[in-house]
Amino acid sequence: MELDVVELSRLQFALTAMYHFLFVPLTLGLSILVAIMETVYVMTGRPIWRQMTKFWGTLFGINFVLGVATGITMEFQFGMNWSYYSHYVGDVFGAPLAIEGLMAFFLEATFVGLFFFGWDKLTKVQHLVVAWLVAIGSNFSALWILIANGWMQNPVGAQFNPDTMRMEMTSFFDVVFNEVAQAKFVHTVSAGYVTAAVFVMGVSAWYLLKGRHQELARRSIAVAASFGLASALSVVVLGDESGYSTTHTQKMKLAAMEGMWETHHAPAPFTAVGFPDQEARETHYAIEIPWMMGLIGTRSLTTEIPGIKDLVDVSKERIRSGIIAYDALENIRTLRDRAPEAMRETFEKHSKDLGYAFLLKRYTDNPRTADDAMIEKAAWDTVPQVFPLFWAFRIMVGLGMLFIIFMGYFFWQSSFKGQQYPKWALRAAVAMIPAPWIAAELGWFVAEYGRQPWTVDGVLPTALSVSHLSVGDLLFTLFGFVLFYSVLFVIEVGLMIKYIRKGPFMDVEETDEWTTRHESRLRRHDGKGPFAIEPAE
Amino acid sequence: MVLYELISYDVLRLIWWLLLGVLLIGFAMTDGFDMGVGALLPFVAKTDLERRVVINTVGPVWEGNQVWFILGGGAIFAAWPPLYAVSFSGFYLAMFIVLAALIVRPVAFKYRSKQPSARWRNNWDWALFAGGAVPALIFGVAVGNVLQGVPFELTPELFARYEGSVFGKLFGLLNPFALLAGVVSLSMLLTHGAAWLSLKAEGEVAARARKIGSVTGLVTMTGYALAGLWLAYGIQGYELVGPVITNGPSNPLFSEVVRTDTWLTAYAARPWITIAPALGFIGMAMTVLGLRKGKEVSTLLWSKLAILGVISSVGLTMFPFILPSSLNPTASLTVWDSSSSHLTLFIMLVSTAIFMPIILAYTAWVYKVLWGKVTPESVEENSDTVY
Ligand code: HDD
Ligand code: HEM
Ligand code: HEM
Repeated sequence: MELDVVELSRLQFALTAMYHFLFVPLTLGLSILVAIMETVYVMTGRPIWRQMTKFWGTLFGINFVLGVATGITMEFQFGMNWSYYSHYVGDVFGAPLAIEGLMAFFLEATFVGLFFFGWDKLTKVQHLVVAWLVAIGSNFSALWILIANGWMQNPVGAQFNPDTMRMEMTSFFDVVFNEVAQAKFVHTVSAGYVTAAVFVMGVSAWYLLKGRHQELARRSIAVAASFGLASALSVVVLGDESGYSTTHTQKMKLAAMEGMWETHHAPAPFTAVGFPDQEARETHYAIEIPWMMGLIGTRSLTTEIPGIKDLVDVSKERIRSGIIAYDALENIRTLRDRAPEAMRETFEKHSKDLGYAFLLKRYTDNPRTADDAMIEKAAWDTVPQVFPLFWAFRIMVGLGMLFIIFMGYFFWQSSFKGQQYPKWALRAAVAMIPAPWIAAELGWFVAEYGRQPWTVDGVLPTALSVSHLSVGDLLFTLFGFVLFYSVLFVIEVGLMIKYIRKGPFMDVEETDEWTTRHESRLRRHDGKGPFAIEPAE
Repeated sequence: MVLYELISYDVLRLIWWLLLGVLLIGFAMTDGFDMGVGALLPFVAKTDLERRVVINTVGPVWEGNQVWFILGGGAIFAAWPPLYAVSFSGFYLAMFIVLAALIVRPVAFKYRSKQPSARWRNNWDWALFAGGAVPALIFGVAVGNVLQGVPFELTPELFARYEGSVFGKLFGLLNPFALLAGVVSLSMLLTHGAAWLSLKAEGEVAARARKIGSVTGLVTMTGYALAGLWLAYGIQGYELVGPVITNGPSNPLFSEVVRTDTWLTAYAARPWITIAPALGFIGMAMTVLGLRKGKEVSTLLWSKLAILGVISSVGLTMFPFILPSSLNPTASLTVWDSSSSHLTLFIMLVSTAIFMPIILAYTAWVYKVLWGKVTPESVEENSDTVY
């Protein structure tokens, strides 16, 4: 791989995004689990549930803060590294990002402070509301960012404007209710819930193995297993929904994920195992399950799913049509107001394929003069690397199935077997901790790498999206991020382990004593104050 | 007629120019004081307990405050995409340094008191210092450069290109005028932080903060005055020529721009804008007096007014320019040619009108709950839960 500005920008984005997404799923899920635990506390008034809330809350806080720190990078990176992209689609893409700030970030960030600092300033119910607001805020933020990301996968509700040389919004409704965005949202947040459930169960299992904090650990497993089972089921069902929306929005990505070079008669088989070969354009040693793919992909037995080779032919057509659009656009730009109506009409007719003409920029500065060989090459550029996509997808799906079995087992044991867990199961739970992160990162890899060579599918190629920077600029910041992020990672994992080792702050009796002391002091000092009567703690 | 055409394009652009100001000022007023507090930390607090008191005065609120910055980024992206595209890639390395500072800052807040070791805590204290001081300085430097014009041009496809080598882009920013602007913004936020500490802390810490704040307040006023003079005599301005089209398509290359002798002709054309610098001076002077006399709430409010005056004076002076280009003035971004489309501006306005009041309401509630001084006793008592 040659390290030019485009490759380095991609590498940097991939690194920082995947790093951000190490913290995101745990925030999404743990914020809800903590709020559930606090709800039980408020309803039953039993101190053990307060202790659980505070313990998992502390781990949540350690994780949350790195989510915030790395999120800041994400927000500004589009302008820094993807300047032309920002100009080209900011009119559409910027809106959900800004609304995310208004609707979600303010909510979660304002209340997360009160969650940690408000124990003795709020009543129980007020504090509970604060906990839920943090959880809701985080989940809203996922909604809006995935609307933004979903638009890059399936750019609906927008049109190119020749005067401003960019995509402009035509329907906000279409952008928000983009089917890809909705499918992504539910799949991604469920993935977050699974992550948190596995994390809580793993840590609790470790306590049980060590014979520590039994009360806390058993209750935590019970909550996490039921929450986790529901989430694991929904990840798989909704992942299937994601796949289904891919079959009609991003056919090329789907064909690549499946290693389907040729169009198969309906219903197509599902390739469970195989070795896709980009050079030979076929998948070796494929083990196929008949009918399966047709059923998953189209939910029918008669609809065909096009293979890569046929899709390349479609790309060729679209490139030719794109050249017409490009030509019209150039003329409109020189003539401006004097451009004849017919010219604008020609452009309108072909503007959907304008992005395909940009693919030729790799081979010629002037796509109008492209020859057949160039078109052929550019059409093949629309095929992403099949092998990594094929396998990344299969590992994610495999892990998804595994989570269902895992959660199901623990749910069964905790509900019907008197919370007895054999040693091997506890060890397995500890070993399971990294698995949801692996699945989630692979999921993003499939979604983003599978979209290549586009940043915005069919609209803007990745190679054209970058900023006017030098390789030196990028190496400097890339090195900086890697250094920074590695140090932070070591510190965060260290602190996590330390706080897990340490366990809950105080034992239950101690907390009780502390509460009595604390309440009497509050009464002594300012019994009149509105919040002093019944502190949350 | 469609709904969004109820508000005409030029009015929407004007509203979004104002909202851009509101966001920047909101950021400086809120996140500004916790950056100031961070930068003051090593100087106002000597013992560990004192430091914890200082940190905990902003502990519960810095996170919410920081969202003003994030929303600033998001709103510029949504409402002024060319500005987002051109400025952040143009100030590339400076932005990276700001990001680095803003990445360590949250972590420092959260992790500092989670280990007892003195070295651990001391290191994070320096991170908090840098996390406050560095962005405060760089934001001013950036404004100083914007006033002088940024060396970029736009290709006919509106791809932004810059002049300068790798590090030229960083060190080129550090010219004398820009550094002066940096000093103004740093000292302004230090003063603001001091005003906050004088309200939220007590005893020695508050006394030290007041002492430092009254000095930095004077530095701000002097620097601001000098920068004004410099602008009057040493820096060229920009002007749109020809008939100004205020509701045309957002393409910066469609309008022609020339350089003028000075920006300050704006004050002759719109004398009422003198109010902004006046507010800057009066606010800052009252802040210094308030710090001297030990007044608390009113000092913080005066300091906020000073920030309002100083920042809005820059915007009003440059209007309608947002990001002038020194390389090719015609490429300059103005209010009339670098916004989002009519529809997007309208949708964003509706969203802001819905959410901003809600945000302000719950933020106010949170501040009310947290009202009162942070004392060493309260920190020790809740040692496990606070920073
Ligand atoms: C599916 C969820 C998801 C995804 C795909 C992303 N984020 Fe994120 N982000 C969150 C979910 C989230 C969160 C759960 O809401 C976080 C994580 C931890 C936290 O504090 O909030 C967050 C934090 C967070 C913050 C700090 C907010 C604060 O101060 O509270 C910013 C600025 C961003 N993100 C921006 C981005 C951008 C620009 C992304 C895309 C390129 C992105 N995030 C991807
Ligand atoms: C946090 C979760 C995310 C992860 C882990 C992730 C992962 C990736 C990866 C691996 C790449 C590199 C692909 C390649 O160059 O081969 C990439 C690129 C990119 N992604 Fe994502 N992504 C995430 C979220 C998002 C979101 C939410 C958006 C938009 C809102 C987005 C926009 C982009 C852009 C602009 C690029 C660069 C252009 C490109 O290479 O395609 N990503 N991302
Ligand atoms: C049978 C199980 C699963 C199926 C069928 C499935 C399906 C999919 C598909 C088709 C995509 C790509 C969407 C696109 O191209 O844009 C995807 C992405 C993703 N997957 Fe899965 N998945 C499964 C399990 C999991 C599990 C267990 C996790 C994590 C715990 C996970 C996390 C993700 C994430 C984070 C993304 C990227 C965001 C998105 O595009 O929605 N998936 N998944």
